[in-house]
Amino acid sequence: MRAVKMKREHLDDFLNAIKPFGTLWGPIRHGDGFALDKVEDYHQLDLTALRTKIPFKKLLFPPRFPMFSFQENKITPMLDDLPRQVIFGLHPCDIHGLMILDKFFTMHYPDPYYLERRRRTAVIGLSCLPDERCFCKTTNTHYAEGGFDLALTDLEDFFIIWVGSSLGDDMIRECPTLLEEKVDHDDLEKYVRWRKRREGAFKSQMDFTGMPSIMELRWDDPFWDELGEKCLSCGACTIVCPTCPCFNVIDEIGFNGTDGRRMRHWDSCMFQRYSMVAGGHNFRESRAARLKLRFTHKLQAFVGKFGEPACVGCGRCIDTCPVGIDIKTVGLRLKGEEVSA
Amino acid sequence: MNTTVQTSNPYVAEPMRLIRRYPMKENVHFFQVRAVDMQKALHLEYLPGQFMMISIPGVGEAPFSISSTPSRPGLLEFGIKRVGNVTNAIFKLKENSVFGVRGPYGNGFPVQKMRGRDLVIIMGGLGAVPLRSLLLYALDNRDQFGKLYLLHGARSPNDMLFIEEFFHMMERDDLVCYLTVDQDDTGTWPYDTGLLTRLIPRLTDIDPENTYVTVCGPPVMYKFVVEEILKLNVPKHQILMTLERRMKCGVGKCGHCIIGGYIYTCMEGPVFSYWDVMHMQGLI
Repeated sequence: MRAVKMKREHLDDFLNAIKPFGTLWGPIRHGDGFALDKVEDYHQLDLTALRTKIPFKKLLFPPRFPMFSFQENKITPMLDDLPRQVIFGLHPCDIHGLMILDKFFTMHYPDPYYLERRRRTAVIGLSCLPDERCFCKTTNTHYAEGGFDLALTDLEDFFIIWVGSSLGDDMIRECPTLLEEKVDHDDLEKYVRWRKRREGAFKSQMDFTGMPSIMELRWDDPFWDELGEKCLSCGACTIVCPTCPCFNVIDEIGFNGTDGRRMRHWDSCMFQRYSMVAGGHNFRESRAARLKLRFTHKLQAFVGKFGEPACVGCGRCIDTCPVGIDIKTVGLRLKGEEVSA
Repeated sequence: MNTTVQTSNPYVAEPMRLIRRYPMKENVHFFQVRAVDMQKALHLEYLPGQFMMISIPGVGEAPFSISSTPSRPGLLEFGIKRVGNVTNAIFKLKENSVFGVRGPYGNGFPVQKMRGRDLVIIMGGLGAVPLRSLLLYALDNRDQFGKLYLLHGARSPNDMLFIEEFFHMMERDDLVCYLTVDQDDTGTWPYDTGLLTRLIPRLTDIDPENTYVTVCGPPVMYKFVVEEILKLNVPKHQILMTLERRMKCGVGKCGHCIIGGYIYTCMEGPVFSYWDVMHMQGLI
């Protein structure tokens, strides 16, 4: 990885210079939070933003998109004309989430819909300072050392720009006059001080080490039923989670009754009919059973398959769940600590 | 390298033609299909126990066990019960109509490991559909297996799928075949009556260490059947069963078939051993 330096006042020119790489998306304030939105005017960008309400995944597999159109039995995959896009402002937790999704959609049967969008997407990371809900330090996802094309560390009057890929290198070659190749001793000092400040700023912790074994023993623990009583089955936790990839497939048919499109929609394992088969048998009728599915998948199954849990500590489910059933309260309860969900 | 009927886009099904269909009982029909592209039809490779996704544009897709055997290439066979939207649409298809099929998916039965072993196939009701594939495979490759048993139970003679085929098997010398019905409402049933589990103690001359037992049937059946098989001392990992789950993709992505938070049934199943069932929560 290579690092260059850019003065803060050059940010707008830099964003201008990388326009050829695609539509720019970045964090923009919406009400009391932030959305990852199309950037029309660079002054809308909020560099202090933390988690966006819906994560970047919406740009790599949109909430609802056509997989192919059909006319009788003629199938036309809809993979062309996908937009080139630049996602600006992904924090380390989200970059880790992105790497998990990259692995997931590439393994076994590579998913062309994800991979085509991914291929047309440039990722520009951005440093952040945690709030009281960020626990990425304890999930070990608070630094991203890969998974991006460029990453900016914000050191107030300048940025260190980390070049993480060949595409990232192409991007900075668009604007050589804005960059300084040399990161000098003072800059380094500043970077080290910033790291120390950030490391000390984490207030929230959640250590998922050893989770699979405790989950196994607590499979029949009554606390799942307690949580099931509270859960609203709204699915918000899965929608905001940067590592939740599940989808439903629904055919839409036109007025002539034969032509239409096969659509992919985000689905949620919290929804009642998620595991229901034709004929009406539901393998997960109770909310408790569905909660157990979600959390065993995140904290147990992923560890077995990928060597790490599928939680990157972004804090979105903590922000979002209306009844306080988030990965932290569940994790703490599993570990035997008293927390009220 | 296996030939599959997949393009680089795993979600796009291959056009297949419905060659022949007939009812096996009320609401369960037999469907024989062939890829429109003859080369693909002849070179489709699959294992007994695998499944395919059948796609009806405008309605959707669902997974179906393959009932034919790869040892008879060219035609794929399915036994389909009409239970929901997709099967309703499949039941409307007339012979010679074209629709989409993709796959094969899933692990299938470990036929390589089963070589040289005794094989007991226990099917109840609709469980005959996937296990027929293994049964025909074993008969077509008879010299690769030791003793071969078929135990098939149905509610009544009219509920027994593939009844003609199994009646013929009763005549053969290269397998031992027990057929039973819970109740004989015809008064002409020539074989056993009573529950399938009662037939299992008859398997006295198998070599349990060297036996694979495969089970498929209604969920209530598994517990009692497995109890009886364990009494014969067949190792838990050699008792195999094939399971059903909701599936939207078949390729380990959509998430619906996850079991116990661990396992994508479409990738690591649908064939599981009794040992898997014991150590994975929520399997049956």
